[in-house]
Amino acid sequence: MAPRRVVITGMGTISPLGNSYDEFWTRLIAGQSGIGLIERFDTSNHPAKIAAEVKDFKAQDYMPRAEARRMDLFIQYGCAATRVALEDAALDVKTVDLDRTGVIVGSGIGGLETYEKQHNAMLKKGVNGVSPFFIPMLIPNMAAGHISIMFGPRGPASCSVTACATATNCIGDAFRLIKYGITDVMISGGTEAPITPLSIAGFCAMKALSTHNEFPEKACRPFDIDRNGFVMGEGAAVLILEEMEHALNRGAKIYAELTGYGSSADANHIVQPDPEGYGAAKALEYALIEADMKPEQIDHINAHGTGTMYNDIIETKALKKVFGAHSYDIAVNSTKAATGHMMGAAGAIELIAATGALCHNLVPPTLNLENPDPQCDLNYVRGKARTHIINAAASESLGFGGHNAALIIKKWG
Amino acid sequence: MSVFETVKEIIVEVKDIAAEDIKLESNFEADLEADSLDIVEMIMLLEEKFDFEIPEDAAEAMKTVKDVVDYIEKRLADDNT
Repeated sequence: MAPRRVVITGMGTISPLGNSYDEFWTRLIAGQSGIGLIERFDTSNHPAKIAAEVKDFKAQDYMPRAEARRMDLFIQYGCAATRVALEDAALDVKTVDLDRTGVIVGSGIGGLETYEKQHNAMLKKGVNGVSPFFIPMLIPNMAAGHISIMFGPRGPASCSVTACATATNCIGDAFRLIKYGITDVMISGGTEAPITPLSIAGFCAMKALSTHNEFPEKACRPFDIDRNGFVMGEGAAVLILEEMEHALNRGAKIYAELTGYGSSADANHIVQPDPEGYGAAKALEYALIEADMKPEQIDHINAHGTGTMYNDIIETKALKKVFGAHSYDIAVNSTKAATGHMMGAAGAIELIAATGALCHNLVPPTLNLENPDPQCDLNYVRGKARTHIINAAASESLGFGGHNAALIIKKWG
Repeated sequence: MSVFETVKEIIVEVKDIAAEDIKLESNFEADLEADSLDIVEMIMLLEEKFDFEIPEDAAEAMKTVKDVVDYIEKRLADDNT
């Protein structure tokens, strides 16, 4: 079978910037920030007291309350974002071939809140105090599991777990299942609920988080000389991918064509990227090869751009390595200063941001990039959204463990 | 509150069904669509509420709401004697 073409027909978000693609895009383009003081728990003893929290989320708006009770928050986010994405795609899953429809939705960590609560329950009440739902709420595959149960697809259901590259790997895997004829429709993306006392303490111990607590909206500063770490985010982002003919036959709205996926390992260090950006560059190069495109054809890149020293400098090097002189023509941004770092969902929310940019020829701004680090000298979009003709764009994710992944989308029609 | 009312409250919390649909003769699996994990959770909530442990063999024998209510009432009566 010849490789088939894959298009994006639906996008759904449960995010610090809104619980639909339209709301997310409108606020992103307006330069709004989802970052504020953490309201969910007492941060008195935590060095970092800020995060991008999802607001106004009620699980029962998206699913029966009794089902939501059996889910950790990350699973609720994943199921809710799926419902939003399917509505956006105007796709009733029951009307398609369920055996040729699948789910690849990952989470970098899984049910942290559940883990903490149940560990406390065991210390307090003993072994018999642990809930029978502890394990099925904890394990990171359960977003994919619940989505298949809730909506009915019986094709492959799984998840890549590659830290902050999770969603990019998930979407890449889903893309290839359609491309090589295994499935026709895929629900794919990522979800994460990491704003918990233990998790924030752990990331603080790594000195990874920004402690600019007094000005939460200014705290995440990708590529800026005054950056001092990333800001935790949360939520879910889900895309509906379809084989092109399948989408055309049902008259679906098509946002973009997904044309390339690349993935690599640094094989270097547990949390620091390769100093020369070798792995990050390779992931982009592999994606270009699959998309059958030259580096000069990429007009926009949604960078991983976490606002940590290691990431920003090394990612800039990687882009220069792949794109050479053309790297200065590419409109590069990081949307993490607005959404926070959504961890396992980051790659999906950023592919959605890049798709919005591609559709509107409008690149969302990198917030707080006021004084670029001299080592970060690319053509970053900052200040406000920039009009830029985009025929093709890339989104890149780099994860702890040295996981690198990149996706390429192309304008439709 | 009667034992039946308390049991009903816990079933409503776990299964999110209307209290008036829960009868003494309701079977957990057939009528209330409770699976084995739901039943374990309900037993845990009952243990917390009444502050005594329900042994596993006793829990396994409970098929209807009445089985649960009878068991708890008997335990409460035994504790008072």
